[in-house]
Amino acid sequence: LAVCRAAVRWGALLPSPCPAAAPLRWPAWLPAACERRYSSRGKEQLDMSTYPVESIRNFSIIAHVDHGKSTLADRLLEITGTISKTDRNKQVLDKLQVERERGITVKAQSASLFYNHEGINYLLNLIDTPGHVDFSYEVSRSLSACQGVILVVDANEGIQAQTVANFYLAFEAQLSIIPVINKIDLKNADPERVEKQIEKLFDIPTDECIRISAKQGTNVEKVLQKVIEKIPPPQCSTADPLKALVFDSTFDHYRGVIANVALFGGEIAKGHKIVSAHTKKRYEVNEVGILTPNEQPTHKLYAGQVGYLIAGMKEVTEAQIGDTLFLYKRPVEPLPGFKSAKPMVFAGMYPVDQTEYNNLRSALERLTLNDSSVTVHRDSSLALGAGWRLGFLGLLHMEVFNQRLEQEYNMSVILTAPTVPYKAVLSSKKLIKEHGKDQITIINPAQFPDKLSVSEYLEPTVLGTIVTPHEYIGKIITLCQDRRAVQKDMLYIDENRVMLKYLFPLNEIVVDFYDALKSLSSGYASFDYEDAGYQPADLIKMDILLNGNPVEELATIIHNDKAYAAGKLLCERLKETIPRQLFEIAIQAAIGKKIIARETLKAYRKNVVAKCYGGDITRRMKLLKRQAEGKRLMRKIGNVEVPRDAFIRVLKRETDK
Amino acid sequence: ALYPQWPYCRKRCSYCSFNTYVVPAVDEAAVRACLVREAQTLLRLSQVHRWVPAGGSWGPLKCPPATSHPLLYSITSVFFGGGTPSLASPHTVGAVLEAVAGAAHVPAGAEVTLEANPSSTSTSRLAGFRAAGVNRVSIGVQSLDNAELQLLGREHTAEEARKAVEGARRLFPGRTSIDLLFGLPGQSQDAWAQQLEAALGLCDDHISLYQLTLERGTALAAQVWGGALPAPPQDLLADMYQMARTVLVAAGFRHYEVSNFARKGAVSTHNLSYWRADQYIGVGPGAHGRFVPRGEGGHSREARVQTLEPIAWMREVQSQGHGTRSRAVLSLLEQLEELLTLGLRTDEGVTQERWGRFSPQLSLQHAFGAPGEARALQQQGWLVLDSGGLRCTWAGLAVLDSLLPDLLWQLQRV
Repeated sequence: LAVCRAAVRWGALLPSPCPAAAPLRWPAWLPAACERRYSSRGKEQLDMSTYPVESIRNFSIIAHVDHGKSTLADRLLEITGTISKTDRNKQVLDKLQVERERGITVKAQSASLFYNHEGINYLLNLIDTPGHVDFSYEVSRSLSACQGVILVVDANEGIQAQTVANFYLAFEAQLSIIPVINKIDLKNADPERVEKQIEKLFDIPTDECIRISAKQGTNVEKVLQKVIEKIPPPQCSTADPLKALVFDSTFDHYRGVIANVALFGGEIAKGHKIVSAHTKKRYEVNEVGILTPNEQPTHKLYAGQVGYLIAGMKEVTEAQIGDTLFLYKRPVEPLPGFKSAKPMVFAGMYPVDQTEYNNLRSALERLTLNDSSVTVHRDSSLALGAGWRLGFLGLLHMEVFNQRLEQEYNMSVILTAPTVPYKAVLSSKKLIKEHGKDQITIINPAQFPDKLSVSEYLEPTVLGTIVTPHEYIGKIITLCQDRRAVQKDMLYIDENRVMLKYLFPLNEIVVDFYDALKSLSSGYASFDYEDAGYQPADLIKMDILLNGNPVEELATIIHNDKAYAAGKLLCERLKETIPRQLFEIAIQAAIGKKIIARETLKAYRKNVVAKCYGGDITRRMKLLKRQAEGKRLMRKIGNVEVPRDAFIRVLKRETDK
Repeated sequence: ALYPQWPYCRKRCSYCSFNTYVVPAVDEAAVRACLVREAQTLLRLSQVHRWVPAGGSWGPLKCPPATSHPLLYSITSVFFGGGTPSLASPHTVGAVLEAVAGAAHVPAGAEVTLEANPSSTSTSRLAGFRAAGVNRVSIGVQSLDNAELQLLGREHTAEEARKAVEGARRLFPGRTSIDLLFGLPGQSQDAWAQQLEAALGLCDDHISLYQLTLERGTALAAQVWGGALPAPPQDLLADMYQMARTVLVAAGFRHYEVSNFARKGAVSTHNLSYWRADQYIGVGPGAHGRFVPRGEGGHSREARVQTLEPIAWMREVQSQGHGTRSRAVLSLLEQLEELLTLGLRTDEGVTQERWGRFSPQLSLQHAFGAPGEARALQQQGWLVLDSGGLRCTWAGLAVLDSLLPDLLWQLQRV
């Protein structure tokens, strides 16, 4: 799945490649060996008091996937001497296999850059942000530590869906925006067209755009100068009490939680006693420092500065993104906008082989140590065995999580098709009393309350942005209508590119929308979405029956309009995957007592191998033993045997191309 | 039972995935020498002696070891298979038979079958084989329709097949079998009925009817799976089988195995020994065997496979006397699984006596009479378990492969 390959933020946890390295330690998850590519600023602890607020600039780079965000970051790090200049600097901040393969930033890395401009030493804090809306909350917290952004747009591709989403996040946070048109060295680069798009869509005058080639280093210095000129320094004072925003955290096996913080007031040093506004827990600071981009301890951090702190927190949930830290007995008003992570996409996860259950559990535990936004609930399916129901912030989040399990933990899992959290407004007094509230969230179809006890069902929606060459509009509009989407906006951003905005039911895009969009636009349309709350929906629970007996794990919550087609498809797929048996099998989809689709699997009338002589026996026995062994994994629905494979084939998420 | 494998064919048939080789020239003397040598080695290993114990075939073993098989005291049958063994010279067949008789006791009248293709079965050749000791032939007619024969990649015509069968019947009266295939791409029920009628007019007392199996790697399977030829519908195949069974039984044949029919007691002794899980020795490239290697002190039944490729096989036989590529001791459970899988293919099923010989402790009744999958299958009318043994019903035989996984699964848990 490639819904906007952008920066997303959560960390892995791998055994440190160099466990004894101290005091400058690599983050534990760095996959590279102990190879030092960053120039160290000396073993001495830095005195950060030489950087007053006026000489600090805090900024992010935001971009659509592949528009050159990481390359620009590499150049900025080189120019400022943060890393030495070699041609090996490719995606320096992207360390994980999944990041390099997909060209995305999974684990955002911040870096403090030192830069002398017109005789003044500046401290430029590059705060990396996850660009995808799965992480819009994290992005908003990261952006809240910034006063400005560099908006990178590809000179060839122009504005894409994610560019739009990123722009509005920055715009709504009232940040200064420095538009940069990258890849001007490319043959098909058309910076003029892109400048016009930026003017039309974002109302930024064309002459404010900086044309660069991050790859070749062209005009990158100019970007740094603009950062200093256009982005205001943070408005805060060291004289105020400590107020620190946690905007990221990672977990290190040896040192515990490392929290990335931005100081909105006061100062912080080793030995300070601090309190989390969210958990009210008290900690003593062990270490503070800046990221260059590896951790470099400092004496102190001062208002306006960005860095890390280690304070004996044992779990990442203790350093939740958006939390405010203050000095013990010096409480402050917490920074606004704190929310706990809210999963929007759920999927069942099961080991391919049940004997792998414990290994998978340990891998999950380790991976979620660094990612408190994944919710994990134990679940078990009669067909798939023991597993978990995982909640993710979005599709990319789910995809990358799964890929990291496979790549970093060598785990092969069955991931079921994703579902979304529905809601029901209850009318039955009995149910309201039972739940203690009149609105419930339904994640599992088994919990779906009957229509008679519900005044309204609700489904989650998202506002989707599609940017496409205009020749695909017709097909895309049809696709969106098929997905029950309502058009909200349609705008030509230049002569041949259109931006469409649609309100989608979330469940209509979680499975294969992005693939469909990409394939009907030959890969040219881009898509991004943001949470748009809940809307009433005509939802029903559809059961699948085998010879009249319901199959619990195949029940689905679905929109009434989609039930017939989905029921038919499910019955057809089951007919293909359930082996013929000694009797006829009726495969039915039903809503309540009403059958809406049916397929019939005929009984075997002949199933016996024609030849079984001396040379055939060994092969024959192998097959039969496998079949007999398979009986152990058969799920019996009434008298119908359904192999685990059939469930997997029907329930499994279709992998994206 | 002894199975010598002749691995060569003149041409590969479109449906065949057997271990056969088409080579420009066969060094027959070398192959013969190796077949003879390997037969001698393996017969010695299995301790089939010329000497017959006094007091009947079970004489010296008053109480056979609980998990072992009865000893082979004589070679009850020889079956020359292939490949196309009728391409070998009668001299080669005779040499192997002499070696067998020289190394083991062969009762008078023991069945000696030769698989033969109509295209290499002139009356004079058949007479030569008879003189060498062959007393039964199995002729690969496959079809009596020229278009079908062409589709199957056979070298002969329907007329040649007829002639071959008639010639064989004169030389081996009552001991000539024919093979027919059904379920060919595009074959109709009517066409099959006509084939069957023609075959009844031609055949002797034994007939094998095989549903065509599309094997991976064959030209015919590629054509069907590639869509160039129609795949026969499942229901049609079932109808063809039912019709054939009915017609043959009405003609006085006993349906004694899934694909085999005989009248006047003309069953294939050799093939029955597979289905009864008797001991058998495979000789030649890729041949399979099941026997207890008592000659080297073994007490357990082993599954053995000889080296597949003829040249490599010959090298091994020349250097070490045999070309056994793999041997695996079969556990009691594996032996019972084979007995069940094979025995249920026959009309006699797995008899109490035979089961008891493999498994003196766990009776058939105990294994399959208690509530469970097997009992459910009996209640549904697919299986019968009585004092005779466990066997398929008429309906059950046609779906045996759907019954076996349940039975094996139950057996594994007993």
